[in-house]
Amino acid sequence: MNTPVVASPEGFQLPESHRTAIRWMVYLGFFALSIGILNGLGQALNYADIDILKYFPGMRTYYQGLTVHGVVNAIVFTFAFSNGFLALTTSRALARPLNGALLWTAFGLLAAGFLLAAYAMGTGQASVLYTFYAPLQAHWSYYLGLALLVVSTWVTAAALFMGLAGWRKENPGQRIPLMAFVSVGTYAMWCLASIGIAVSVVGLLLPWSLGLIGGVDPLLNRTLFWYSGHPIVYFWLLPAYVSWYMMVPKHAGGKLFSDSVVRVVFLLFLLLSIPTGFHHQYTDPGISGGMKAVHAVLTFGVFFPSLITAFTLMYALELGGRARGATGLVNWFTRLDWRSPPLVAQILAMLTFMLGGITGLINASYNLNQSIHNTAWVPGHFHMTVGSAVTMSFMGIAYWLIPYLTRKELVGKGLAVIQSWLYFVGVLIMARGLMSGGLDGMPRRTHMLEATYDKPSWELAGLLTGLGGTLMFVGGFLFFMVLVATIVFGKPAKGEVDIPFTVTHEAPAETGWEVNLDRFRFWVIATVVLILVAYGPFLFEYLPAKLNSPGYRFF
Amino acid sequence: MTPAKMEKLFLALSGAMLLVFLFALFYSAFAMGMHLPDRDLEIVPADVRTTPPFDSPGVRQTGPRQYEAVVLGMAWAFQPSEIRVPEGAEVTFIGTSTDVIHGFHVEGTRVNVMLIPGQVTRFTYTFRTPGEHLIICHEYCGAGHHLMYGRVIVEASEADSSEGGA
Repeated sequence: MNTPVVASPEGFQLPESHRTAIRWMVYLGFFALSIGILNGLGQALNYADIDILKYFPGMRTYYQGLTVHGVVNAIVFTFAFSNGFLALTTSRALARPLNGALLWTAFGLLAAGFLLAAYAMGTGQASVLYTFYAPLQAHWSYYLGLALLVVSTWVTAAALFMGLAGWRKENPGQRIPLMAFVSVGTYAMWCLASIGIAVSVVGLLLPWSLGLIGGVDPLLNRTLFWYSGHPIVYFWLLPAYVSWYMMVPKHAGGKLFSDSVVRVVFLLFLLLSIPTGFHHQYTDPGISGGMKAVHAVLTFGVFFPSLITAFTLMYALELGGRARGATGLVNWFTRLDWRSPPLVAQILAMLTFMLGGITGLINASYNLNQSIHNTAWVPGHFHMTVGSAVTMSFMGIAYWLIPYLTRKELVGKGLAVIQSWLYFVGVLIMARGLMSGGLDGMPRRTHMLEATYDKPSWELAGLLTGLGGTLMFVGGFLFFMVLVATIVFGKPAKGEVDIPFTVTHEAPAETGWEVNLDRFRFWVIATVVLILVAYGPFLFEYLPAKLNSPGYRFF
Repeated sequence: MTPAKMEKLFLALSGAMLLVFLFALFYSAFAMGMHLPDRDLEIVPADVRTTPPFDSPGVRQTGPRQYEAVVLGMAWAFQPSEIRVPEGAEVTFIGTSTDVIHGFHVEGTRVNVMLIPGQVTRFTYTFRTPGEHLIICHEYCGAGHHLMYGRVIVEASEADSSEGGA
């Protein structure tokens, strides 16, 4: 019965310098988020016809701010946080230090990549948004910065994989501790997923921006971008899933039921996250309808592990509520500890993710996609996934992670709970605004304040967007107050504190089919085969690349 | 019911739901003909304006109710900026871009496609009711992106206006 998800549950402390490297990665991530949230307020108010961007120092255009918003939130924040967080969970799960030099290298690459991209964006030489579709051409430092940020995740992955390999050598024939399995699985998926963006940025865009090649292939670049651009969504999400599965049951006082189900969920994400990119290109020319349909089916497939998650986590929470005395059909939900900052943030994150997931399924719905493609509906959708499910989860994690890393006590628990609710209500209102506007044709990524066209019916949608975004901003601001207050004024913690982790009711099987779940090498090969099935026919028909589009700097 | 049984039931229902959705989508696509843009011609971006049919953008009638609208997207306008067709017209849009990637969304309809340099986008749609639609460029294309729009005007046919839409 009750098997911990880590080796050595009695305790393990990371080497001090590793803890410091992780702390700085997490700090860097949240610093990036603070810039992103500030810009987000400007974007949201734009839809409500309120111009605050003109007060932002150095901000020349709306699109410069939107580029910053996307890059720092979706790339710098998520990469930095995941590098730190999953290095910690892997090391703790294996009760084994990782390679410290690799952790510090990852931090250095994050910082260097962030600075390079910040230079390009700050000087207005890279207002190409975070999707950087060619042939809009940014300054080379933008592409180099992005490349370094991706390399930082590879270096972290190397530290994780080496840690696991070392543990396996010392513990032959043993099941991988569950928390290490999910952490390493996340990075294995991303290593395969990031190949597209790496080929595009390093192989094509960087030499093109330096003038070494005269042209690019816009469709091929777009396809390489979305090869990585859809699974990046799961690279954002899976660290939150690690916390939902490994820690939230503990916060709630419950436990996980099955070990195998969790492994199956993460393997399904490994297998199915990548061969789905065409669902971002349903409306593109140059790709056959048949291959788009194949990606549609696979995208519906990758929805399945999230449905399993909904059941499994709900059950874990129910066990928590019942352990706290609930006896009714649904009162286990109200009986949960609604004063616990990590728990409240992450339950609210899960609730928004239900809406985020369902709206995502609508986006993935083949021809139905044409009703919403590139309208404001889309940011409405993804602010309920990465913009809240992931962000609120990372904030919730920070409520124990920052105290753990700094050995201080959390300051402002009440404020932390209020913060989560404000952000939650804010995102629901904003998404309501954006999505209703989108269904009515309101475009995304557009400086609506200055647009030369308008529809009167967009007004309410815009107002709700501005109102919701403002609440999110206030919620975000309170989060940073709690964070800084804890770092600066937090009382030293008493004794050594461990990270929170749950137990599983059913232990991992020592024999039988479940043992094969741990054979990462096999699952990676299976993933590569699926990728070839999904992308092979297109590449076979389409290649060689047509490097005939010159660059444009229309910003 | 044990948790394991409940889970199996939940997953079976979830799987069935996804299959029903997929069936509905593919039925609408392949049985009702609501297709997505497909592979089409490729052109050299530098030669767009001399490559037929893009050497003469505009609307022309190709059949009793059939029309062809050749459209160029460029920073920051559509050419032609106004497309005028009668009610009931089946319009095949043939589009591309002269510079960067643009969007082409005839707001209020399923005409929602990308214009990508080097690629030809072809999409057919029947405008059944009279009215005006904005054409919105919904892909960021530079500092003037929000200035880029056009219009589709679907004119009521005389027969319909005299006979009350019969």
